[in-house]
Amino acid sequence: MKLKKRDYSFYIGAVLTALIVLLVIVGIFYTPYDPDAMNPADKFAGVSLRHLMGCDNFGRDIFSRILKGTGTTLLIALCTIGIGAGTGTVLGAVTGYYGGVADEILMRFNDAVLAFPSILVALVFISIMGSGKYNVIIALGIVFIPSFARIVRGEFIHYRNLDYVQSAKLMGAGAVRIMFVHILPNAWPVLLSSVIIGFNNAVLAEASMSFLGIGVQPPDASLGRMLSESQAFLFSAPWCALFPGLMIVLLILGFALLSEGLKGRY
Amino acid sequence: MRYVVKKSVTFILTLLLVSLLAFFAFQIIPGDPAIKMLGTQATPEKIAALQDKLGLNRPMPVRYLSWLGDFFFGDMGESYSYHMSVSSMLAGKLPITLTLTLMSFIMIVAGAVPLGIYTAKHKDKPVTKAVNVLNQIAMSVPPFFMGILFTYLFGIVLRWFTPGGFVSYTSNIGGFIGYLFFPAVAIAVPKLAMATKMLQGSLLSEMQLDYVRTAYSRGNRTNGVLYHHVLKNAMIPVVTFLGMTLADIVAGSIIIEQVFSIPGLGRLLITSISNRDYPVVQAIIVCIAVIVIIINYVVDIVYQILDPRVRGQ
Repeated sequence: MKLKKRDYSFYIGAVLTALIVLLVIVGIFYTPYDPDAMNPADKFAGVSLRHLMGCDNFGRDIFSRILKGTGTTLLIALCTIGIGAGTGTVLGAVTGYYGGVADEILMRFNDAVLAFPSILVALVFISIMGSGKYNVIIALGIVFIPSFARIVRGEFIHYRNLDYVQSAKLMGAGAVRIMFVHILPNAWPVLLSSVIIGFNNAVLAEASMSFLGIGVQPPDASLGRMLSESQAFLFSAPWCALFPGLMIVLLILGFALLSEGLKGRY
Repeated sequence: MRYVVKKSVTFILTLLLVSLLAFFAFQIIPGDPAIKMLGTQATPEKIAALQDKLGLNRPMPVRYLSWLGDFFFGDMGESYSYHMSVSSMLAGKLPITLTLTLMSFIMIVAGAVPLGIYTAKHKDKPVTKAVNVLNQIAMSVPPFFMGILFTYLFGIVLRWFTPGGFVSYTSNIGGFIGYLFFPAVAIAVPKLAMATKMLQGSLLSEMQLDYVRTAYSRGNRTNGVLYHHVLKNAMIPVVTFLGMTLADIVAGSIIIEQVFSIPGLGRLLITSISNRDYPVVQAIIVCIAVIVIIINYVVDIVYQILDPRVRGQ
């Protein structure tokens, strides 16, 4: 059997993502060192067998911190997408299925929110609510609602007039049943690929916010924050920047390849 | 014409909605601005006087309208922490961020169009395959990490620029553009990769259509078909993408300003957020949103020139 290009993308992406998730799961139970333990003797220790990715300015093991930080990033991205895709799907389904004035108003509102760069809207939320892990989740979750609502709405507008939906109506199926049992499964492929893309955007947004110092707060390890702290000693200890950055790249790359591969399958 | 009118109405409505959102978002913040501005010198009389002066006693809709009117004429209020007018604080920063955004936008277009055309024309060559793989990787590198890599490689190792050595446009315009070069590239790379991929895909699917075969059978060469027939159609989704990307580029500039210590809007925004200097935050947010909306409007109009079909809708 000859593999097509999209299949390569899918398998490479799947393996990459699985490896990262595996590392994160291992990281929950075991890290080589305590991610937050400071050790003056190992300050700026280079890459070695003892410290696979070297140590930072407090002598903390970067590999251990990356394991924990990636976990935080993944958790935030998952919750964000949960809020965004969940609420967005319901909103998009209802507005797309019924249409009318409420739909029109909501879509105008959607357009207005989408006019702001998403990270900026999140920044506004954070500036009002204060920073921290949970506020980042809420802020990003809300920011991601409009794009999902728009995608799902488009699908529902397409399906609501098809014959099978009409016949389900004639059979006496309720609106909720038609929306979520009859139409939603058909919208699934589109929704799935936007969930993966959204997941990537969430990872990127969280990393950017933590990088700016308004996302995850210490002592929680975070890839973005490690990167921003590493800038001060980029000259003497470039590995402090390299490894967290590479981890972000691999995370995003894995999901991007997965979504690329999925596109070919549906 | 109807299309332009319709888009113009949407444009104005979106602007109004954005202003509403921006105004009310900052009304929910607990605490009285008058107390914040006075800080430690707050006495009940002074607070009452300042509340009167700022018009905080008036009803909310009146305050919104007067805020909107002031904003329209360039009066964006006063900063809590610097006690100077917000508009004068923004005036010096806006050109920096706009230049950075514009530079990376030009790089994206100037890079993606030739690359997209070349890779679509030579789709089976190894060069194209290499470009595609590189593209996929480039799309995954966040601008701030790219910026750090550039700082290390070109700033520290090769010494092509001095990290943190920002040159103001008032003193040396050449040095200013020169310093913004690497930040602009850092923002542009992932978007350039996406735009290239998109144009390539769009060209390749367009080349399969019947009118292309007709154009060939009328004796056109590949270049003739490509440049006179296909390119214009293939650009349509790319123009949409570029319009949508603009918001991301502006956001990218805000982040990249932190990496390269560029004193633009982004840096001001981040300091103002940590200082809880809400008038400044509000003004910057509105400015950026207005820029994005204006550009989206322009994209809509360009779209109509490229694709006459949307005019009838």
